[in-house]
Amino acid sequence: MRLWLFALALLSAPVRADSDLPSARWANEQLPDPRQEAAAKALMEELRCLVCQGQSIADSDAELAGDMRAMVRQRIAAGEKPEAVREWLTERYGDWVSYRPPVEPLTWPLWIAPLLMLAAGALLLRKRLRRRG
Amino acid sequence: MSRFLRFAPLLVLLLFVAIVAWRLITPDDTKIRSRMTGQPVPAFALEPATAGIPGLASKDLATGEPRLVNVFASWCVPCIAEAPLLMELKRQGVPIDAVAVRDRPSDVAEFLGRHGNPFQRIGADPESRVQIALGSSGVPETFVVDGRGVIRYQHMGPIEAGDLPALLREWEQAR
Repeated sequence: MRLWLFALALLSAPVRADSDLPSARWANEQLPDPRQEAAAKALMEELRCLVCQGQSIADSDAELAGDMRAMVRQRIAAGEKPEAVREWLTERYGDWVSYRPPVEPLTWPLWIAPLLMLAAGALLLRKRLRRRG
Repeated sequence: MSRFLRFAPLLVLLLFVAIVAWRLITPDDTKIRSRMTGQPVPAFALEPATAGIPGLASKDLATGEPRLVNVFASWCVPCIAEAPLLMELKRQGVPIDAVAVRDRPSDVAEFLGRHGNPFQRIGADPESRVQIALGSSGVPETFVVDGRGVIRYQHMGPIEAGDLPALLREWEQAR
């Protein structure tokens, strides 16, 4: 029985989790204008993939990430500012989609924490040095 | 060193362990909800996804009656699981349209032939543009759109039997 199941498992085809459509134009093709490509690349590295949530769309192999890259390149090529594209996506997916957190009351601790920790470290160091001296 | 300070590292460790245990027991919700709920459907016009069924444009969604918009694909396995439930919603009189993400006309036709067609219109979205414009992050997803074309509710993932009452309630409320 177990052997049969094993044989069946070997025969079965893996379930597809992706379409087999080719990726969109501009998903993996650079823009001809190097300045536009650089702007698009910089933005793509700061946009988060919705499928593999720890990766940027520049790094992700997910099809949705490919389509997002194509969209970013098309919009930049059409003359849109990178910040406008980021804003357009933020309107749809929230701040989550951007790796650059906005400065607002909710994220103040995020920006202030490093400074506070640095200050605490300096204080500790001063205490210790003074004790030695 | 004061007595309290001596135990500080232990307290920090306990706090850390408590946070880890909490997140292991109740994992974070990784769903990214669309911020478009409450907003009008963005303007789009999609070609028919398969022969014999009209395509879908945003103006088709402001018809005076609330509708469902199902974002699906023939290559998506959970979409098969929710197909009978969409048929049930259709049977109950809910008008449903669809966006077929990255799909081929022949594959859509085969999918509908195998699992039934609950849709009045199906638009082809070969580069996921409308999916992204809707703030959808995967397939399947289902949006409730009211008669004025405003998105009122987003259901993420396959519709299960237990989701029907909530979807029907949202659809009724969108009237």
